[in-house]
Amino acid sequence: MSLIVSDLQCIRGDRQLFSDLSFQLHPKQLLFLEGKNGSGKTTLIRTLCGLFIADKGNILWKNQPIEEHLEVYRKALFYLGHLNAIKGDLTALENLRFNHLISGQKSNDNDLLDALERIGLFGYEDFPTRELSQGQKRRVALARLIVNKSPLWILDEPFVALDVAAVALLQQLISQHIDAGGMAILTTHQAVPLTEGEIQHINLDDFSIKSGRVVDV
Amino acid sequence: MFNIFWMILKRDIKLALRRRSEVFTVLFFFIIVVSLFPLGVGFNEKMLQEIAPGVAWIAALLASMLALERLFANDYVDGTLEQMLLAPQPLSILVFAKMTAHWLLTGLPLVLVAPVVGVLYHLESDTVITMMLMLLLGTPILSMVGAIGAALTLGLRGGGVLISLLILPLYIPVLVYGAGAIAESRLQSGNIEPHILLLSAFLLLSLIFSPWATASALKISLE
Repeated sequence: MSLIVSDLQCIRGDRQLFSDLSFQLHPKQLLFLEGKNGSGKTTLIRTLCGLFIADKGNILWKNQPIEEHLEVYRKALFYLGHLNAIKGDLTALENLRFNHLISGQKSNDNDLLDALERIGLFGYEDFPTRELSQGQKRRVALARLIVNKSPLWILDEPFVALDVAAVALLQQLISQHIDAGGMAILTTHQAVPLTEGEIQHINLDDFSIKSGRVVDV
Repeated sequence: MFNIFWMILKRDIKLALRRRSEVFTVLFFFIIVVSLFPLGVGFNEKMLQEIAPGVAWIAALLASMLALERLFANDYVDGTLEQMLLAPQPLSILVFAKMTAHWLLTGLPLVLVAPVVGVLYHLESDTVITMMLMLLLGTPILSMVGAIGAALTLGLRGGGVLISLLILPLYIPVLVYGAGAIAESRLQSGNIEPHILLLSAFLLLSLIFSPWATASALKISLE
């Protein structure tokens, strides 16, 4: 179970965002995508999700091209972008339940309520989310990570709009996910301390790829 | 597969009921347009009966256009649509659920208020029943064909006007046969069966092609 990307090339308009990009992601590995604004991080992430078709190159999941086995790949994939996918007219619990089930996962309300409590929204479950703050809305979206069983997490700027406590919790969630044999791809400048596993960095400015064992933080 | 269909259908209806004004806008638009005509053209009973089928259908077409723009726009803006595209189930099932919800919220109410048109235009009860039947067959086509336009114009500036230009010409067959059947039913020798069969054929065609076409259009719009 691993994600293998080879010779990926993306062109937007007449600007080449990246080309000949190859990397592999195996269980217990965390990948950071770095690069200045406009360097193509979000495009790369959307390409990895299958939302954007690359101009060249292959993305293999379990050694099979993702576009030929979309159902298998999408069950294994958890994606959270800049947008929270939260409806203001639904309550926190309804939002969480809908988003969780739509990604092909199963669960009961008790697990979902526990997740909301853990993410710090105890007492807000039945509030319409339009009455919550930006950070709380982000927390509703991130509560999915607690109940999610997908092996591959792709998170685009997950730490935006979160306070210190929520940042620490999210770091802990990602670290636990890697510990449990999961994989994650993040675009963020926030460090994520891991207890075990391996961290890779891909820089889209100069296409350097660094990888290394975990160092204690 | 059916689970996700029910889930989206229930959610869309729940969302609409929490924001009822959007549902009532469509319904009142229809009623107001229909009741403006007698004020404009006079209360001649014969003439009103003549123009009733066309007026009712054109009002229905315009009313169903009103809510089309919002069919995917809200989900697009808040990121839900992105999550739907990444769902393991085929996108056409999800899209079909949204179309069904759209029809239940905007098409079905028009069928139910059709007797109001009957009263305003001095129609006989048989004609009103034909009108309800034709609206029942025709309004799902409006929702399904309209969804293709809504998906194609998603995220474009001035998308609302563009949808009308794209979709209204495609509504012409529904208008012709839908209004034709009602006019036919007022004649002694009228036979509405061909109209019913043709509209049913359009309905089946759009049932088969529209979810698939809309799903493809959404994928392009979100790329």
